[in-house]
Amino acid sequence: MPFIPHTEDDIRDMLAAIGAPSIEALFDEIPQELRIKSLAGVPVGLPEQEIGRLMTARAKQDGSPLSFLGAGAYEHHIPSAVWAIVTRGEIYSAYTPYQAEASQGTLQAIYEYQTMIASLTGMQVSNATLYDGGSALAEAALMAVRAHRKSSSLRILVPTTVHPHYRKVAVATAGNQGLVFDTVSYVRESGCVAPTALAPYAGEDINALVIQQPNFFGMLEDVDALTDWAHANGALVIAVVNPTSLAILKPPGEWGAKGADIVVGEGQPLGVPLSSGGPYFGFMTTRMEYVRQMPGRIVGRTVDLDGRVGYALTLQAREQHIRRGKATSNICTNQGLLMTAATIYMSIMGPEGLERVAALSAQRTRELVAALSRVKGVRRCFEGPNFHEAVLLLDRPAAEVLRGLADRGVLGGFDLGEHYPELGSAILVCATETKTAADIETCAAALTEALRAARAA
Amino acid sequence: MSNRLEKPIFEYSRPGRGAIGQWPQKTAIPADLPAHLRRRNRPLLPEVSELEAVRHFTRLSQLNFSIDTHFYPLGSCTMKYNPKACNQYALLPEFTGRHPLAPESHGQGFLACMYELQEMLKEVTGMRGVSLTPMAGAHGEFAGVAMIRAYHRARGDLARNEIIVPEAAHGTNPATATMCGCVVREIPVMADGDVDIEALKAVVGPNTAGIMLTNPSTLGVFERRIKEVAGIVHAAGGLLYYDGANLNAILGKVRPGDMGFDVIHMNLHKTFSTPHGGGGPGSGAVGVSERLLPYLPIPIVGREGERHRWLSEQDLPQSIGRLSTFMGNAGVLLRAYIYMRMLGREGMSRVADFATLNANYLLAKLVQAGYDAAYPQRRASHEFIVTAKRQAKEQGVTAMDIAKRLLDFGFHAPTTYFPLLVPECLLIEPTETESKEALDAFIEAMVKIRHEGEGDASLLKGAPHTLPVRRLDDVRAARQLDLTWKPGAAA
Repeated sequence: MPFIPHTEDDIRDMLAAIGAPSIEALFDEIPQELRIKSLAGVPVGLPEQEIGRLMTARAKQDGSPLSFLGAGAYEHHIPSAVWAIVTRGEIYSAYTPYQAEASQGTLQAIYEYQTMIASLTGMQVSNATLYDGGSALAEAALMAVRAHRKSSSLRILVPTTVHPHYRKVAVATAGNQGLVFDTVSYVRESGCVAPTALAPYAGEDINALVIQQPNFFGMLEDVDALTDWAHANGALVIAVVNPTSLAILKPPGEWGAKGADIVVGEGQPLGVPLSSGGPYFGFMTTRMEYVRQMPGRIVGRTVDLDGRVGYALTLQAREQHIRRGKATSNICTNQGLLMTAATIYMSIMGPEGLERVAALSAQRTRELVAALSRVKGVRRCFEGPNFHEAVLLLDRPAAEVLRGLADRGVLGGFDLGEHYPELGSAILVCATETKTAADIETCAAALTEALRAARAA
Repeated sequence: MSNRLEKPIFEYSRPGRGAIGQWPQKTAIPADLPAHLRRRNRPLLPEVSELEAVRHFTRLSQLNFSIDTHFYPLGSCTMKYNPKACNQYALLPEFTGRHPLAPESHGQGFLACMYELQEMLKEVTGMRGVSLTPMAGAHGEFAGVAMIRAYHRARGDLARNEIIVPEAAHGTNPATATMCGCVVREIPVMADGDVDIEALKAVVGPNTAGIMLTNPSTLGVFERRIKEVAGIVHAAGGLLYYDGANLNAILGKVRPGDMGFDVIHMNLHKTFSTPHGGGGPGSGAVGVSERLLPYLPIPIVGREGERHRWLSEQDLPQSIGRLSTFMGNAGVLLRAYIYMRMLGREGMSRVADFATLNANYLLAKLVQAGYDAAYPQRRASHEFIVTAKRQAKEQGVTAMDIAKRLLDFGFHAPTTYFPLLVPECLLIEPTETESKEALDAFIEAMVKIRHEGEGDASLLKGAPHTLPVRRLDDVRAARQLDLTWKPGAAA
């Protein structure tokens, strides 16, 4: 009986105290015709040693290929201290801090997180995190509709340079409340949105414009011009940003004349492992004037009965456990464990460390693009400044080339064919500070071979 | 547990200090980045040594109650032991290092775990299909109600926008219905804890999209007339949604699919013991009956022969779509998979046996000690409600006072003031992993608290006394918003 401590004597004594003849008798209120005899489709239990062997074998089967994949999830060095601390039982096995006196550690960590992420994004307030980057954009769109005092429009403008999965999550989530997402296309040469592409929407009632920086292609949008266009046309600005990039790129709070209104993004690059896509965390920051329209938990600093400083969940009147059907969102939890990991990561990296990570990732990507562009049949797709990703065009079908690379132990990038068929055979590549010159050489050599094999086929 | 308050990490910061060994080499910011797109001022991140950071966050951890350190009978939350093996093997470097967009050729091991997890969840719930994508219970609820809406829409049944919820439902239920663009219709619960069937009959009709139920309900009792409820809702053309918050109570005993539910979410962080992490990550996998199969959120793992692959829009053109950037909380799902494989089929029904034994024992002993059961004529499921209505009236001692005083005795408080319809309520869920001694110690503390209430209740009213802080000024927290640390500002 794994994890159940009862002895035969315990069971006997407990049943006697209840006045029940058997454990089975405790289920006598369940109609007999609904009862099942067994769970035949579930395998028999395994001791820890055997599950350990199984999981180790499964893990080995997947291996640790050299990867240049990005597209919304980024491989960065994670200091050992980060996960050594968050897997402590006092953090790992605690619950939502409803009992503030017994949860000061969790609450203070959230307060420190809110401070760091608000500063990183250049905004005034933050919540205690949402599920992931995509769902954070969906919540931001819903929040914009609540927050915009001068527009009752449900239309949100979303350039196709915003992560295609984020756009799908936003539609699947916010579409249920009638929000409409109008797409705006990019300029083929730059891979960015031109403010002129927005001109057809001038004078229309638009609730918000979404701007991703760096955009899905890794390119840098003209955020000042786009932000100013939105504000001049009565729309709010929802920024989608990569937190690592903000160590060197202008924070959304300073975009254009007035800054972005709501900022969201994927927190994974801040100390959270790739783990097949989760658990990650979505961050969200905003102006103080919109704090009551924010979804999710928020922590405030206050004092106790004796005047000592303490921390507590606050503005709970926004939330589902108080407002039920009238809450700002149905969200109940945050991604507490991952938020804690990010707070420790940001503390250990500090402003200098994070800046170095961002600068070196940008530098390595330039080296990668240079090395791969020298391979016959490969060229860069877009002109202009980028952060740590770039789009490359191949003279053979991307899917086939990527398979050839994977066979050589290299995950060479993300095939853009499904989401951007107009680009032809195109892949999105990424290098972070984890990649060395030798890794880049390995990638270039494998790509040379894979393309040669594809041409020969 | 420590009593020493810890200053904000920013107050340890010294310009020029840092965990240098963790930083990559210094590189110039690429010259091609235009000046107007660059950051001008550094963000407010602390400049501390690695040891200072480790010590600070370790000290913060010591200000928390947790399952590993304290009995945590938080009703509706299933705070059972989180086995260490689940964490250790989910953190194998190949799993943590696997990119979400890595090809299926480099994910067969991981995908096999996910496929088998889907299959096991289908078996324990009696449903026909499962998607692992939702990232929390409330997210699973969203997926479920969105599927109900998609089902009606696909049939051209466009008027169905009402979701019925019992008044005792979790707050997420009505909030979810609203998020899905539905209207909420609340129905009362009868004195014995079962849904008011007559009220249900009166409210169903051509606008009914569905009903959201938890069974056992949030009142800690099994909804005995569930088949009748299912019959009424189905006859009216609506579907049944099962909130899986209380699945621990019935694991291996009875299945939501057999009760007539069309869609359910499972809180893997409750029943399948993945960590609560101080408020997440959760995981809210959804299961559906035959008629909702086409609408499951993507991606799902499929199997062809020995190969596993992702099923996406092409395979499920009627799917409600993508609810997470990638595939949801994969690392949490691995932990749930490991837990289910360790328990196996026998271990699972023992979960329900001992969760129910512990709850009924605790209830019997608390009643013996002078506390009032909210539903004295009913069996407890895996949890139960004690009401302090009498203490509040006679002694002025509220459920909150009892909860806060329990903290002084080293027990996390039960859930208080939920469900709202029971006055001064304490919702208590011991879980199966607690020993009789742990339960007895809790009972002893509750007996002491009752005695304290009989005399000078000031000890209770002012509790807790032994924690790092006493009761906090929530009004000040909301009125004088202090949401970020600022240099030079004292609290």
